[in-house]
Amino acid sequence: MGMTASQKILAAHAGLAEVKAGQLISAKLDLVLANDITGPVAIREFKKSGAERVAERDKIALVMDHFAPNKDIKSAEQCKICRVFAKEQGIENFYDVGKMGIEHALLPELGLVGAGDLVIGADSHTCTYGALGAFSTGVGSTDMAAGMISQTCWFKVPSAIKFVLHGKPPANVCGKDLILHIIGMIGVDGALYKSMEFAGEGVKNLSMDDRFTVCNMAIEAGAKNGIFPVDEIALDYMKGRFRRPVKIYEPDPDAEYEKVYDIDLAQLKPTVAFPHLPENTKTCDEWGDIPIDQVVIGSCTNGRISDMRIAAEILKGRKVKDGVRTIIIPATQSVYRQCIDEGLLSIFIDAGAIVSTPTCGPCLGGYMGILAEGERAVSTTNRNFVGRMGHVKSEVYLASPYVAAASAVAGRLCTPDEL
Amino acid sequence: MNIDGKAFRYGSDVDTDVIIPARYLNDSSEKALASHCMEDIDPDFVKNVRAGDIIVAEDNFGCGSSREHAPLAIKASGVSLVIANSFARIFYRNAINIGLPIMECPEAVRGISAGDEVRADLATGTIFNVTTGKSFKAQPFPEFIRGIIEDGGLLNNLAKRSKKQ
Repeated sequence: MGMTASQKILAAHAGLAEVKAGQLISAKLDLVLANDITGPVAIREFKKSGAERVAERDKIALVMDHFAPNKDIKSAEQCKICRVFAKEQGIENFYDVGKMGIEHALLPELGLVGAGDLVIGADSHTCTYGALGAFSTGVGSTDMAAGMISQTCWFKVPSAIKFVLHGKPPANVCGKDLILHIIGMIGVDGALYKSMEFAGEGVKNLSMDDRFTVCNMAIEAGAKNGIFPVDEIALDYMKGRFRRPVKIYEPDPDAEYEKVYDIDLAQLKPTVAFPHLPENTKTCDEWGDIPIDQVVIGSCTNGRISDMRIAAEILKGRKVKDGVRTIIIPATQSVYRQCIDEGLLSIFIDAGAIVSTPTCGPCLGGYMGILAEGERAVSTTNRNFVGRMGHVKSEVYLASPYVAAASAVAGRLCTPDEL
Repeated sequence: MNIDGKAFRYGSDVDTDVIIPARYLNDSSEKALASHCMEDIDPDFVKNVRAGDIIVAEDNFGCGSSREHAPLAIKASGVSLVIANSFARIFYRNAINIGLPIMECPEAVRGISAGDEVRADLATGTIFNVTTGKSFKAQPFPEFIRGIIEDGGLLNNLAKRSKKQ
């Protein structure tokens, strides 16, 4: 029996000719990542083990993004723990205010992750890098600590589900609608412990940023990883950026998939996940009248330049509805700079939105846009659990940047067609 | 390890944001985490939980964020075992890595109500509902995983093993 793309990457990093679903392996890591929330716990575990030096300091990244710029004294202390550790261990890939961005937008942008890599990160959305043809998955702080000590990690080789994409998405529909459609179809544990592998001629009709969004939310279906084939679009993105040679792993023609779904991108409609689970999806014809108080456009899911351009396209020459607090967060310094150069910032400000420095902030209810009791937000982020963005009686509607920007203008959940 | 306590009962998809809301993640000390455990799904949990108590839930327990703070908060609040139909994969791994006992056993989930007294033995996988007199059998963990749990987590276990060598 042949191997899936995910299995081939794991086999190569374990030094094995072949692996099978369910097999336990120990594999060499190309990068281990933590942020200002998970880093301090990993550092505590690192010290607890008696370790003195990290195994390979150039294969570790620490990104201060969740509660940075520091939202309070305790957050400042957490960043300080990471800063001191990075200095002590000579970790150069330490990204603090001024250099930092939201980790899963920043690392691909800097070329720290790419095709053929095996990456673990103490953040569940580490699965994002599968968009570039890497096997990347989220772990906890202890696994991160063990990764820093040994530059290896043990894995149970996953089985896989295949999504064959056909056609081209219609206007005002993007990667976010595709992944919400899939999560609505298979559920929040529909891919539990498994790989989600994407294939088909429709892949070429998804931009790099669309693919990042899709892989980013693989975890919301419970998946271990999501992965796209490496084509010209991915190679173009990595050219002059990725710091290691590109390695392409294609699934064997007889690779085993537990299930295969065919998806016609042309049939997708603007899709939103209603509270309080990402699987509670509804297409635009089922939304009804949902008045809103806040819009957030940003995060590791949708804070890239394409997302900013979409928001600007909708907001240009329009005003956000009075009373809708519209918060736009470019994911990295470079995206922020591009927004300035392309004149997007002026469009946002003129529309009555605000633009924040890169941070995960409101996505996880940290700061920069917390909801009060009874308030509703339309957000391009990835989770809408109870209390995710603030009060336990607040609500988050997960949407694409098209829908989020249109909703900001209308003051209720809607598509750009309704403006 | 003594697993003997009262059951707290929850449904499916208990996510890490309700186990320990992100607004408290600016402090990773066990005491601080325990003081807000389960706050957004069960505000009385911290007041009612006693050392040895167990959590029983349905599908996909611990879905969402990779925060190890979630199993840490549960363990530090005194909970001795979590039984569920299934666990989200990062939570599953994190629970073992920090030494929080977990068991997958749909029969036990069906046969335990809130407030029942439950005893369990990790070595055999036996779960006994003292209140109803019924027992259930989960797949026990292999010895090396039990070793990690008994030592209080992976890195304690590694440190102990390297001392022995």
